[in-house]
Amino acid sequence: MSNYTETDLEKDLQDQEYKYGFVTNIESDKIPVGLNEDIIRLISSKKEEPNWMLDYRLKAFAVWQTMTEPEWGHVHYEKPKFDEIAYYSAPKQSKKYESWEDVDPEMKATMKKLGISMEEQMRLTGVAVDFVMDSVSVATSFKSKLSELGIIFCSFSEAVKEHPELVQKYMGTVIPTSDNFYAALNSAVFTDGSFCYIPKGVRCPMELSTYFRINEGGTGQFERTLVIADEGAYVSYLEGCTAPQRDENQLHAAVVELIALENAEIKYSTVQNWYPGDKNGLGGIYNFVTKRGICERKSKISWTQVETGSAVTWKYPSCILKGDYSIGEFYSVAVTNNYQQADTGTKMIHLGKNTKSTIISKGISAGKSQNSYRGLVQIHKNAKNARNFSQCDSLLMGDTCGAHTFPYIECKNPSAKIEHEATTSKIGEDQLFYCKQRGLSEEKAISLIVNGYCKEVLNQLPMEFAVEAQKLLAISLEGSVG
Amino acid sequence: MINIVNLHAEVEEKKILKGLNLNVKAGEIHAIMGPNGSGKSTLASILAGKEDYTVTAGNVEFDGKDLLELSTEDRARQGLFLAFQYPIEIPGVSNVNFLKSALNEIREYRGEEQISAKDFLALVKEKSALVELDSKLASRSVNEGFSGGEKKRNEIFQMAMLNPKLAILDETDSGLDIDALRIVANGVNKLRSPKNAAIIITHYQRLLDYIIPDFVHVLYDGRIVKSGGKELALELEEKGYDWIKEELASNAE
Ligand SMILES: Nc1ncnc2c1ncn2[C@@H]1O[C@H](COP(=O)(O)OP(=O)(O)OP(=O)(O)O)[C@@H](O)[C@H]1O
Ligand SMILES: [Mg+2]
Repeated sequence: MSNYTETDLEKDLQDQEYKYGFVTNIESDKIPVGLNEDIIRLISSKKEEPNWMLDYRLKAFAVWQTMTEPEWGHVHYEKPKFDEIAYYSAPKQSKKYESWEDVDPEMKATMKKLGISMEEQMRLTGVAVDFVMDSVSVATSFKSKLSELGIIFCSFSEAVKEHPELVQKYMGTVIPTSDNFYAALNSAVFTDGSFCYIPKGVRCPMELSTYFRINEGGTGQFERTLVIADEGAYVSYLEGCTAPQRDENQLHAAVVELIALENAEIKYSTVQNWYPGDKNGLGGIYNFVTKRGICERKSKISWTQVETGSAVTWKYPSCILKGDYSIGEFYSVAVTNNYQQADTGTKMIHLGKNTKSTIISKGISAGKSQNSYRGLVQIHKNAKNARNFSQCDSLLMGDTCGAHTFPYIECKNPSAKIEHEATTSKIGEDQLFYCKQRGLSEEKAISLIVNGYCKEVLNQLPMEFAVEAQKLLAISLEGSVG
Repeated sequence: MINIVNLHAEVEEKKILKGLNLNVKAGEIHAIMGPNGSGKSTLASILAGKEDYTVTAGNVEFDGKDLLELSTEDRARQGLFLAFQYPIEIPGVSNVNFLKSALNEIREYRGEEQISAKDFLALVKEKSALVELDSKLASRSVNEGFSGGEKKRNEIFQMAMLNPKLAILDETDSGLDIDALRIVANGVNKLRSPKNAAIIITHYQRLLDYIIPDFVHVLYDGRIVKSGGKELALELEEKGYDWIKEELASNAE
């Protein structure tokens, strides 16, 4: 965190409004609103998909029609009107880009505003970025270097065309289409996303990173991500989001599936900064995400998330610890301010013997927001010597917000060891006074205290992401005390 | 440096300071002694800007400015430092990160440039040596899990780092072992200069063997009721406070 300067933070703090609130003027190719079989066929044909993909979508659609929206979350919102959403929007392009130089200058400008200039990233950090604007990938870098190692990192649509055997083999194996309402919807209408395959024994030499972005007003965004680490492989994957300011609510229902084969390791980090709505709770993204990974023998999956955005968040990155000696980890910071609502946590499903899981959740609530941790630790009958450690902390700022913890434990094997710790604290007046007495402004003091509180989670993030996350925490809590 | 005139303050309708006067000039060290609950920490908190207390009368001039008009952080940035009687813990925030942020905000306020990483580290090295602070403590979270004595020493380390014009030490000596007491006193003495001043709140004259004060005051029932030189501390040590209370009572008759 050494390159994080006070000046940077100061600047961000002066920036009162949501800083990514702008709309890019790129002509986009949109289909009529509403959802029916014809629309799904249209999406599939626009994407030039093979038949098996269309079948998959149609089956998912049939399942979705029999389902109803989940009501158990501690969130209240007006249900999206599913027949008023346009399910496909792709930036209009006459041809695909051959090189970075060919990319639409306006799109480049957008990326600059987002602070993720590709040139910079390519040159300085060695991060390969698969940039998704609306629903279609527009630029992919470092492909050749990765392909030398046999690593596949591309848009989901490309994977469907170029690597159908892998997609068919793994897609939907961790999250079946019937899993839940939003996963089913995503399976029917997803437009694009990312695909990543790391071959046997390969350690991916760089962080793989995708920036998602919602750009069209009134456009639902349905991303699909599939990451497969073959036996003994390792990959660290970064996902970050920003969205432009909008008054009408926008739905985001992504599906992320991770597959860690024997001895493999996947680190999946997210900084989620969708538009949270304004101070009065108007607008903002509905973020209903299904994320799950499966661990084979001696493999490991770590989810790290910093959730600062969205009006409503409903998200439980989970691990199915199927193989013996497999490990699942979940590190989370969830911040809610103003009228934001978050219901987030994880599920650790212990199937194999000697499986281990760790859950560290840090909730921060301010304003009139509601912040809930919901977690399930499930030890199956055959999961001998399973271990779980959970720590769920809540930090309250002011007294008009709410923090809730819903830990569920289901244990069917007596040899399991499960520990659960939970704390609730308030940012103390004494702490603030102490900081101010040393010359720190209130904002800076809060930012220090909050970052200190989240340290265990932030430490899990790759460096550049940690810096970004720190700033986001400060920005989203601005003006929340006093 | 600081001139306190007829200061009255209360908390929750309880009157704590009742017309306190104190004038500290640059280069001077003043010791304040007094029985428990007489208002010493309250005075320190009010000078530092704690909002719990209401000043009902009086004024305070600090370095030519109206102190009571300034926010807590601006007082600090103008060079007022309080070593807390009970230092606060800030989990997860390293001492050095904390101090670097503080130092840079103070510098920015004064229109100075941000300190470079190299200069900062050199400063940490110099000042931690001054108070013989274990380098491990410098990188640990602020006061978290520190022993009582370590917390006090850390306050002096922070003071050395921030180099204030006016330092107020609230019972920094309590809880220190003999060696730590000498080290802390040594630290304070090294920072002594014709431009700086200090107010030292203590119960024990022992500290004043190491830090020789120019004046000793007795704070009793919200007022400075007696002032003198170093010998007053010795007298208090020997006789306690009863004789002062008696003196006051007979004066009142
Ligand atoms: N926030 C507060 N609320 C209520 N009473 C308070 C508050 N702060 C101080 N007091 C009261 O004011 C009086 C003076 O307290 P103060 O802490 O200033 O004493 P002190 O001289 O520092 O004592 P000690 O030597 O024990 O440290 C005490 O009676 C104390 O209980
Ligand atoms: Mg006191």
